Amino acid sequence: MNIPMEQGILLAAILFCLGLTGLLVRRNVIFMLMSVEVMLNAAGLAFIVGGAAQGNADGQVMFIFILAMTAAEVSVGLALIIRMFKEFKSLDIDKASTMRG
Amino acid sequence: MNILFDIASVLAISATLMMIISKNAVHALLYLIASLLAVSVIFFILGAPFAAALEVIIYAGAIMVLFVFVIMMLNVSSTEQKMEHELLKPKAWIGPSIISAILLGELVYMLASPTSHSMLIQEVLPRAVGKLMFSKYILVVDLAAFLLVAGIIGAYHLGQRKKISHHRYLKNENQTS
Repeated sequence: MNIPMEQGILLAAILFCLGLTGLLVRRNVIFMLMSVEVMLNAAGLAFIVGGAAQGNADGQVMFIFILAMTAAEVSVGLALIIRMFKEFKSLDIDKASTMRG
Repeated sequence: MNILFDIASVLAISATLMMIISKNAVHALLYLIASLLAVSVIFFILGAPFAAALEVIIYAGAIMVLFVFVIMMLNVSSTEQKMEHELLKPKAWIGPSIISAILLGELVYMLASPTSHSMLIQEVLPRAVGKLMFSKYILVVDLAAFLLVAGIIGAYHLGQRKKISHHRYLKNENQTS
């Protein structure tokens, strides 16, 4: 069981950049929220890799906090998506680019 | 063990890539679940069984089910068609892809140091995680609880229907105005 630490961090970096690409490319709000999920998951993977390199439990504790934050973020984000679909009858983020009180 | 790690990481990357380029929202969600399960396998390999179980239960089990419910609630088939044409144009995706490719190149350049740290992997059991979480990080646990309560209240408030005023003075005010 000898995995170089660079491989794990590299995987986390690739997943993070894929999520960033999805966030920048897609205009559908649901896809954007899913890309944010991928990015947060990559951050958690980096914490787990760091914890495994040290051999202590700190990485897993930080992963649990990221998980709690993701759950709160997703619940608020999905409520916002439902609200936006009621308001604009569309999931296109460009439709919501004008600010009205 | 190394080959398992490689297979799981290739699976995670390819599933995430398919998630980004797929046009149907439900297909993208299933690819995302496959990617999360692959990352959970990586957690098992890295000696974090508690985190892997939480990844399967909470990410793939609870959060993704929320996504499925919302996608089923909103009937998105009409807006899908327009998205498809927009996505096919290379002008739409070439700029963001270049930006994140540059970012990835920088990260890889920083990681490509000559000294290689190999991890000697030992399992960290849930008992150690719980002990650490409720002794050293107890303040952060409290903050996470506050955050979850705020999330619940925010989701309830945003998901409300149109506001109905039950108070009779407010109702009279609305009728006169």
